[in-house]
Amino acid sequence: MTIVIDRRVINGSKIDSELAEDMTKAGLDRIRSCIQCGTCTGSCPAGRRTAYRTRQLIRKALLGLREEVLSDPNLWLCSTCGTCTERCPRKIDVTEAILYLRNLSCEAGYMRPEHQGVSHKLIETGHAVPIDDEKWSKLREELGLDPLPPTVHSYPKAVKEIQHIIKKTGFDKLVNYKESKKDGET
Amino acid sequence: MVKHSYSFFLGCVIPNRLPQIEAATRLIAPKLDIELVEMKGASCCPAPGVIKSFDKATWLSITARNLALAEENGLDILVLCNGCYGTLIAGVDDLKDEETRKRVNKILKGTGHQFKGTITAKHLVEVLYNDIGKDAIEETVENPIDARFAIHIGCHLLKPSDIRPWGVVEDFTLVDELVETVGGTVVDYKLKDMCCGAGGGLRSAELEVSLDMVREKLEAMKEAKIDAMVNVCNFCHLQFDLGQMQVNKHFGTDYQIPVLYYTQLLGLAQGFTPKQMGLDKHFISVAPFLEKIGMSV
Repeated sequence: MTIVIDRRVINGSKIDSELAEDMTKAGLDRIRSCIQCGTCTGSCPAGRRTAYRTRQLIRKALLGLREEVLSDPNLWLCSTCGTCTERCPRKIDVTEAILYLRNLSCEAGYMRPEHQGVSHKLIETGHAVPIDDEKWSKLREELGLDPLPPTVHSYPKAVKEIQHIIKKTGFDKLVNYKESKKDGET
Repeated sequence: MVKHSYSFFLGCVIPNRLPQIEAATRLIAPKLDIELVEMKGASCCPAPGVIKSFDKATWLSITARNLALAEENGLDILVLCNGCYGTLIAGVDDLKDEETRKRVNKILKGTGHQFKGTITAKHLVEVLYNDIGKDAIEETVENPIDARFAIHIGCHLLKPSDIRPWGVVEDFTLVDELVETVGGTVVDYKLKDMCCGAGGGLRSAELEVSLDMVREKLEAMKEAKIDAMVNVCNFCHLQFDLGQMQVNKHFGTDYQIPVLYYTQLLGLAQGFTPKQMGLDKHFISVAPFLEKIGMSV
C-alpha cells in the first residue's frame, strides 16, 4: 500500500513579504525571532475548543500569506487573555500581534456585522454599550442613582468630541458608518 | 485619616447595564475615606478587545481623551473594570512616548483636551490593597461573611504583566486576601486563572465559543462546592451572571452559582443591606448564598 502525502505548495504570487516588515515597523520587532515552539497555542483557552491556532497564524504572517491570514475567521477567536504573551520564550507580544493583524483585516474589509454594530454605537453615543432602552435608566433609579450617568450620556458636547476624534481618524469610514438624518439631529 | 481621592471612571457596562456595581461602590467608598470625583463626559474606555482590534489609532485617541479628563481633575483614575483598566494603563504607557503623545494630541485638537501624561490609572484591587490596606478595610467590617468563595481574577487585571504593578502573573493572591479580610473562605478550583471568555469581541460575535469558555469555569466552580463566586471585573461579572443563564439555556445545564462583584461583598460585610448592594437585580438568584449567611433579599 502506498502512502500518499500531499505536499502543500505555496504559490509565490500569494506571498507578500512586506507583512512581516509592517509588523516589525509597528513595534512587533521580536516577531521574526519566533521558533514555532507552539507555547502560544498550548496556552490558548480559545484554541482548546476551536480551530484557532495562534502559532499557525504567526507562521503564516511571517511567510507573508497576507490574504490568507487577514481573511481567516479564526483570527477573531482570540479573547485577548494575554497568556501566550506571558509565556512566549522569545518574548514576542503575541496578543498585540493578533490585534495588529485584526486592524489590517478590518482595513481589508473583513469586519463582522456585530463588530460594526458595536462601533456604530460608539460613534452615535460615545458608549460601546449605551443606555438604549428606558429600562436601564429605571434600573439606575431603583438603585438610588441618577437616571443617566455623568458620562457622555449627560454631556452632548462630549459626544461631539468623540465624533470629532472619529472623523479625524477615519474610523467612521472603516466601520462603514453612514450618518442617518435621525442620528444627525441628536 | 488621609482622604484618598480618585477620578472615578465608570466605562460602559457598569453605568448602563450593571448599575448595582456602581451603587455598591459609591456606598462603600466613604467608609474607607475614598472620595470619588466624577469624570464628567467620560466615554467608552474604548474597549481593548473590540475597538483596539479594529483601529489602534482611534482606540488610543479616545483613551487619551479619557485620561485627559482625569488629568484635568488632577487625580489618578480609580477603575472597576479589567477591560477599562487594560485600556487606560496601556494608554498611559503608550503615551509616555513623546512622539506618540504629540500625534495623539493633534487628533484631540478641537476637543478642548490634551493629555500631558501626569496621571495614571489604578484598578480597584490596587486602590484597596495598596492605598487603603487590609487593616483599614477590616476596621469597617461589622458583619463578617462566613462562606466559601471561588475567585475569578480576570485577564486584564494581570496581563500584560510588564505594565502592571503586581510583579506576579500566576499565583496572584490579592483578591483572595481581600475576600478573606471580610471573613470569607477562599476555595481553590481547577482553571482559576482561566479567561471568562467575554473579551476580544467574542461575546458580541462568537457567543457560542464565549459561553463554552465560561461553562468550563462554572463546572469547575460547581465541583469546588462554593456558596458564591467573587469577581473584580464587571465584564467578567456579566459573563458569569447573564452568561450563566445563557449557558444553561444553550447547553441544557442548570448552574446556579451566585455572582458577586467585590464591592457588593464588602458592602454586605460593612452592614449594608442586600438590596442596597443591588443583589435583587441579578440574573442568577443570590438568595441561596444570602440564606447561608443569615440574610435575605
